[in-house]
Amino acid sequence: MSEYKVQKTYEEINARIRAGQAVVVTAEEMVGIVKKNGPVEAARKVDVVTTGTFSPMCSSGAFVNFGHANPTLKAWKVWLNNVPAYAGLAAVDVYIGATEPTEEDPLNKVFPGEFLYGGGHVLEDLVAGRKVRLKAIGYGTDCYPNKSLEKEVTLAELPYALLVNPRNCYQNYNCAVNLSERTIYCYMGTLKPHGRNATYCSAGELSPLMNDPFYKTIGLGTRIFLGGGVGYVTWHGSQHNPRALRSENGTTRRPAGTLMVQGDLKQMSPRWLKGVSMQGYGSSLAVGIGVPIPILNEEMATYTGVSDAEIFTQIVDYAYDYSHGVARNYGEVSYAQLKSGQIEVNGKVVPTAPLSSVVRAREIALTLKEWIEAGRFLLEKPIQTLPGE
Amino acid sequence: MNTRLYVLKFPKEVIDQPIICNLVKKYDLQFNILKATILMQQEGVMVIEFVGHKTNVKKGLAYLGEMGVTVQSLAGNIRRDDEKCYQCGACTGICPTGALSLHRPDMAVVFDEDKCTACGLCVSVCPARAMEVSLNGNIDLAA
Repeated sequence: MSEYKVQKTYEEINARIRAGQAVVVTAEEMVGIVKKNGPVEAARKVDVVTTGTFSPMCSSGAFVNFGHANPTLKAWKVWLNNVPAYAGLAAVDVYIGATEPTEEDPLNKVFPGEFLYGGGHVLEDLVAGRKVRLKAIGYGTDCYPNKSLEKEVTLAELPYALLVNPRNCYQNYNCAVNLSERTIYCYMGTLKPHGRNATYCSAGELSPLMNDPFYKTIGLGTRIFLGGGVGYVTWHGSQHNPRALRSENGTTRRPAGTLMVQGDLKQMSPRWLKGVSMQGYGSSLAVGIGVPIPILNEEMATYTGVSDAEIFTQIVDYAYDYSHGVARNYGEVSYAQLKSGQIEVNGKVVPTAPLSSVVRAREIALTLKEWIEAGRFLLEKPIQTLPGE
Repeated sequence: MNTRLYVLKFPKEVIDQPIICNLVKKYDLQFNILKATILMQQEGVMVIEFVGHKTNVKKGLAYLGEMGVTVQSLAGNIRRDDEKCYQCGACTGICPTGALSLHRPDMAVVFDEDKCTACGLCVSVCPARAMEVSLNGNIDLAA
């Protein structure tokens, strides 16, 4: 006897997708469906719930192979549009990271620095089809005698380019305030002194890991929307912490799970991979990710039915506490409160602003829904789920 | 209260008139001069912010027109590049006038040019650098 009233397999759901009969809804739409019908009925009706998130995601980058020159060169140091790429892999393989600044960037010498161009922007330029200046130097060997190379490359000409992001898609994130006397500029944006504004960075009820809080359907091999193309979850991300404090509904109240993802850069688009400049902090890459969640049973329907009002995060001081590892918060707020535009911190009403685009997250969830409805995108059962509690 | 930036061009015939002083006395307007190049016997250019009741600002601007001063609103020179903007909303936390705001419940970022005072705070706050403030675009600030 099954413990569930509704039970579906990946194979059954994929058969329905192939037949054009699968019922696919976004995580936003699922909230109302579960509320109205209850989880059992919702699980009978709905086969797949699509999620989405679009925001700056550090720990992103790409492996690029730029092909051999004649005479051959073993690249020792490499720059793409003057942004250093790590070349200590092989002769012509590099990894270009999203937060790497350009060689002559003034950084924070004039504070707060602008960080107008960096690795994230190189990736955006590549997927936009723009020419990127490649510079490589070598020290010369018998098999690789060439010592320098400079040429313009486009993504189409590169033999191989793979987006590999070791940590994306954070399951929840802090709400940031600044309780010091001066304005601070951090990866959570510009924070006014005395806690006069707050920022947050999650798509809330649309966010992938909020809809599968215990990683029951997400793991190695999960096929996803990545940067406008098709990608995969290939490991749990760095800093993945499944043991974070949770609500009764399973969602985490602190930053928790993360995903390592990868996909062919050549499939991606500049609409979904965007170089960003965080004033005073550095450059990064805004990444669009959408994860489909199979409604295997009423438990998955319950999880995907979670709403912004039921997802909470902590308010953290980024002026002192965050930078000094002080585990303290100034209360908890729901995403419904955060999205309303104001919260209360220390008894004061504080305006909030997001860093994560809900508009784009919704567009990703809708795009993934279209792909699945059209039979273009099948669900992949993970080979191994992510480490749980 | 209405706060906006204007570029004023003074023909050389009115350079000797106490025009800004009259705006304060007759129309109860507060002002903040951000840039001024006024030389005798030459055309003068001024970038100025007026703070006052909407009807007073209107009357003040009409007075300037009567005096032969050309008035251009600077708000037209703040632009959002909709290709670059990905609608995150980071700018809404820093915009002092509410020109950049979130439309609820869909969370779209709305830019209302009429409320913009061209302060430029949004330019560096925007992660995608989608806000462009151009003081030199189609407005010639050279005297």
